[in-house]
Amino acid sequence: MKKYWRLFNVGIQNTLVYRANFLFRSVFGLVPLFATLSLWRAVFTGKQGDVAGYTLGAMISYYLVVTIVDGLTAVTEDDWQIVGDIKDGRLSQLLLKPLDYLTYRLTLYAAGRVVFVACAIVPVAIFIYYHREHLVVPADALTLGAFLLSLVLTALLQFFISYTMALLAFWVLEVSTFIFILYSFEYIAGGHLFPLDILPSAVVKALHFTPFPYQLFFPVNVYLGRATGAALWSGLFIQFCWVVAAYLAARFVWARGVRHYGAVGG
Amino acid sequence: MLRRYASIYAALWKNSVTREMTFKVNFLLWILVDVLWFALQICFFSVLYSHTEKIGDWLKWEVILLAGAGNFIQQIFVALFQTNMVHMSEHVRTGRLDFLLLLPVNTRFIVSLRQPDLNAYVTGALAVAVMVYAGVKLGLSPSPAAIAGFLLLCAAGVLIHYSMMFMISCACFWTVRSEGIVWGYYHLLQVSRQPDAAFSGAFRIFFTFVIPMILVANVPAKLLADKIKSPVEMLLLLGMSGVIYLMSAVVWRFSMKRYRSASS
Repeated sequence: MKKYWRLFNVGIQNTLVYRANFLFRSVFGLVPLFATLSLWRAVFTGKQGDVAGYTLGAMISYYLVVTIVDGLTAVTEDDWQIVGDIKDGRLSQLLLKPLDYLTYRLTLYAAGRVVFVACAIVPVAIFIYYHREHLVVPADALTLGAFLLSLVLTALLQFFISYTMALLAFWVLEVSTFIFILYSFEYIAGGHLFPLDILPSAVVKALHFTPFPYQLFFPVNVYLGRATGAALWSGLFIQFCWVVAAYLAARFVWARGVRHYGAVGG
Repeated sequence: MLRRYASIYAALWKNSVTREMTFKVNFLLWILVDVLWFALQICFFSVLYSHTEKIGDWLKWEVILLAGAGNFIQQIFVALFQTNMVHMSEHVRTGRLDFLLLLPVNTRFIVSLRQPDLNAYVTGALAVAVMVYAGVKLGLSPSPAAIAGFLLLCAAGVLIHYSMMFMISCACFWTVRSEGIVWGYYHLLQVSRQPDAAFSGAFRIFFTFVIPMILVANVPAKLLADKIKSPVEMLLLLGMSGVIYLMSAVVWRFSMKRYRSASS
């Protein structure tokens, strides 16, 4: 445990190199978000009533919470670094060390998130402050607790899925296409682009058989108090199951991949 | 002169084809990636329009025409320039720029156009197909003059993307690592594919007169859809593209002065 704690500190120092990068990423990332909010404003001015249960205010708070959850949990550099480790043969020296690669990567992911949040907090806070009338706080302690729990599960789910995907580099020369394809699904089916429940209900139901809504949409819903009672508990349970499944997949693919590993370069 | 550059470019193209054909599956997968992202966007607009008739004065198929135009302009930019913009910081960091400087061609030419991206031609063609489909849905029949004007405005849009990206890449002469900033531009590109009527206030002014992202695709799409209210918009786009290109020329000159080579 202690060695991973040290690793966490090293990870923070290493990712600090990216601080300007992170700052740019978060500032630039807010621009399309602002544009999306403007689009929704235009949609709402053109019509009476709400959109599938969302008022304009609710819609804006949805995107604000998405921004927060995404900032806290998104996998940004990690998958590319894993691909790099495998392709450049850097993995060989890691295998020699008494480290578990998954835990090693998870530690670095956590360190990366801490640095990212530290860099993004100022622009994001300004952005949220600008829209402060629409920022809701979780209704009660239970909601807050459930949100924090599902946030951790989301982070783990995001990480395990990206990790497993990146391990494809053991077999495939060019993994970036697969990563981008997966990412496009996560982007739309995770609720990044718009709240999923404005889609026809059959589509929403179908999507909930995939892990994607549990990567973003679900914790946002919990935060906003849109998942309560039985739906909350069953949601958390399903999310937990997806985390376990993704973890097992990550372990399995790693076990197969390492046997396949040829150590290029080194 | 022009002939010489044309033959150089043809050689670069041939190189690129050879390179791509060694990884055929990968070539196809990249096309799939682009198609997915494009589909995603159209999906987003379809969802929006399932809840409303109009966004400002934009109808559904007009917005899809706009998304097509935006994507078309972006893909032409990608096809010609993008890879090279991303590689710029690599050239500077490794000092490989020295060799490019020694070549008996204009350095900006070779730095900007060395590696064309062939996927983008395919996705660009797809964007044209989407525009044609949206045009049919809208019952448009643009005159040859309108199409020529559209292409000219698209060229201005490509020039804006290129000059902006070129200036951003030149940041690497100061910071050495500029990939992050280069990718940041892609977030801005998303703005270009959204109907201008949605924007107002400082945001609109900034993305019209400072970074003319709102003009890039909106103006050509509006010309096709017969939505242009005054020629000022078109002149603005053309004018801005000229101004930004000139700025990029100044930045390039400064960057060249700054360059001290590395590790060679």
